[in-house]
Amino acid sequence: MHTIYLDNNATTRVDPKVFEAIKPYFTELYGNPSSMHRFGGQVGGKIREARDQVAHFLGCDAREIIFTSCGSESDNTAIRSALEAFPEKKHIITTAVEHPAILSLCTHLEKKKGYEVTYLSTDEHGRLDLEEYKQAFRPDTAIVSVMWANNETGNIYPIEKMAHIARENGVIFHTDAVQAVGKVDINLSAIPVDMLSLSGHKLHAPKGVGALYVRKGLAFHPFLIGGHQERGRRAGTENTTGIVALGKACELAQTNMEAENTTVKALRDRLETGILQAIPHTRVNGDPENRLPNTTNISFGYVEGEAILLMMDQVGICASSGSACTSGSLEPSHVLMAMNVPFTFAHGSIRFSLSRFTTQEDIDFVLQTMPSLIENLRTLSPFSEEKEAPAITKRFAK
Amino acid sequence: MWEYTDAVKDHFFNPRNAGVIEDADGVGEVGSLACGDALTLYIKVQDGIITDAKFKTFGCASAIASSSALTELIIGKTVEEAEKLTNKDIANYLGGLPREKMHCSVMGQEALEQAIKNMRGEAGPKAEHSHEGNLVCECFGIFDEEILRAIKENDLQTVEDVTNFTKAGGGCGKCVDEIARLLRQARGETSCPAPCKAPAFPAEGMTNIQRMHLIESVMDQDIRPILQADGGNIQLIDIEKKQVTVKFTGMCSSCPSSKATLENLVEAKLREKVDPDIKVILED
Repeated sequence: MHTIYLDNNATTRVDPKVFEAIKPYFTELYGNPSSMHRFGGQVGGKIREARDQVAHFLGCDAREIIFTSCGSESDNTAIRSALEAFPEKKHIITTAVEHPAILSLCTHLEKKKGYEVTYLSTDEHGRLDLEEYKQAFRPDTAIVSVMWANNETGNIYPIEKMAHIARENGVIFHTDAVQAVGKVDINLSAIPVDMLSLSGHKLHAPKGVGALYVRKGLAFHPFLIGGHQERGRRAGTENTTGIVALGKACELAQTNMEAENTTVKALRDRLETGILQAIPHTRVNGDPENRLPNTTNISFGYVEGEAILLMMDQVGICASSGSACTSGSLEPSHVLMAMNVPFTFAHGSIRFSLSRFTTQEDIDFVLQTMPSLIENLRTLSPFSEEKEAPAITKRFAK
Repeated sequence: MWEYTDAVKDHFFNPRNAGVIEDADGVGEVGSLACGDALTLYIKVQDGIITDAKFKTFGCASAIASSSALTELIIGKTVEEAEKLTNKDIANYLGGLPREKMHCSVMGQEALEQAIKNMRGEAGPKAEHSHEGNLVCECFGIFDEEILRAIKENDLQTVEDVTNFTKAGGGCGKCVDEIARLLRQARGETSCPAPCKAPAFPAEGMTNIQRMHLIESVMDQDIRPILQADGGNIQLIDIEKKQVTVKFTGMCSSCPSSKATLENLVEAKLREKVDPDIKVILED
């Protein structure tokens, strides 16, 4: 069965060009970059090159890049470093729609370490209110952490404005840009972001590598202590293949981003409009204006997300859901709940996320398959418009 | 990804008896859109025998499969027989459900009870709680009587168990303390007069699957760490009734004292923590 992979916000396919670039570093150039001999040294040179590629892509200095093992490590490092730098400051500002890497860390700090956290709310489209944000600053605010783009809805947040506001308040600004890197223009030389997290496997590098940007001059406290790697800022022998891959992936993204975004967005829009038109009781969750070009989060009323996903899986379509049942929790996605998406729709939400490898045929197949699939599940459902009669609005249907 | 049994998948992809009985003799509606799953059960009864049953379900794969299994289980039974059906019967019919999904089988049991009450004219199709009960979980609208019954019928031990079976405590978590109190209360009620007597052995009243899980967890927590400290390990090969077959690996496989380890550690621990009659043998 042909797999139609529309779950690229979960992880992406390693680009064959990236794979080619890293192959020699498994079995031939396997030296330790810290070694004195030339055999290891040449690997060190390649890591420098990768660091330059990442820095160039983000518009920063190579010395401002720390390689990590994943986005979650970058997020943890950033927040814990800021807190350690200002031990007297006990307040954090973040949003209610962050990735668990930030959200769970913040609740942990609240419950176990005596911190106070302000979780900024969103409107029904998942947008933040800058006035609420400005009011949230306190004399003891240690750090602001706001995601650049949301993994579930694809919403893009006004990071430039928010970073300026944090700067005016003299507070460190961190952004979890895991979903944004490679899809949104980022130039760190032009905006006052202090720290930024990214993850390799969301932009066609393998799993197990990430990076943290730390602005020059910012007080930094390492999370992993040990060897001298990463200039003492992150101990542990370098994940050479991962780092080389991340460098190559950034180079590819830099060259292709504009063209890619146009093609991917066209496919996404066709998928979204097609589903909204063909299937009744559907709506898009997210910001109509500022969304990642590859993401659409669509709710199907009166049916449950896990059931939809398993039906899709039967015909080879991969996506994900914000329903409660898929995660093992009993409540639907915190992102959809923060947006006040009615339960009718929250339980039946499906996220489709595309990539450079998504084809026209993939989208055609989904558009052919989804209507009957949803119809079959609705036949089983005890609910319908007549029975539940919620206000159904097709948001930004064209 | 959930690990569903083939039976769950079969009943999800090919649900039996889906639909509505227009002139049903009894209807039971449980759950809601807000809760994420809901089931309406229709039954047709003739001369005290359930001649037909149909369902409509909103929910995940295991909710749909549980509803389908429920109808298969009750068609042809007398109402009295059907009344004795528990959520365990539904789960067993499907070859088991993931623990986190047990509440789907409980939903089936509740819909059946409601449909029978409705048939007898004792209630409407929708379950309404008596005023004596106390609302414990506000997020999912679960009353203390439902929780106590689930604890008793399924021998639930922890708050997490209660959440898996009834959903109570799975939302904001405010009622977790109250659930813990109900667990203590239930244990107090089921045992002999003071001083409280614990169950004769921990696995008493467990289903086969629960007992197998318990054996696995005792292996992981109490046995493996000790063997691993000496560079060895153990593999669980089979569990048949009270006979557990294992295989030593690593250093243990060639260790001259492996027989003593088998009796003094493996068997002793399993007897202490699972069942006093367990016999452990080595794979041939």
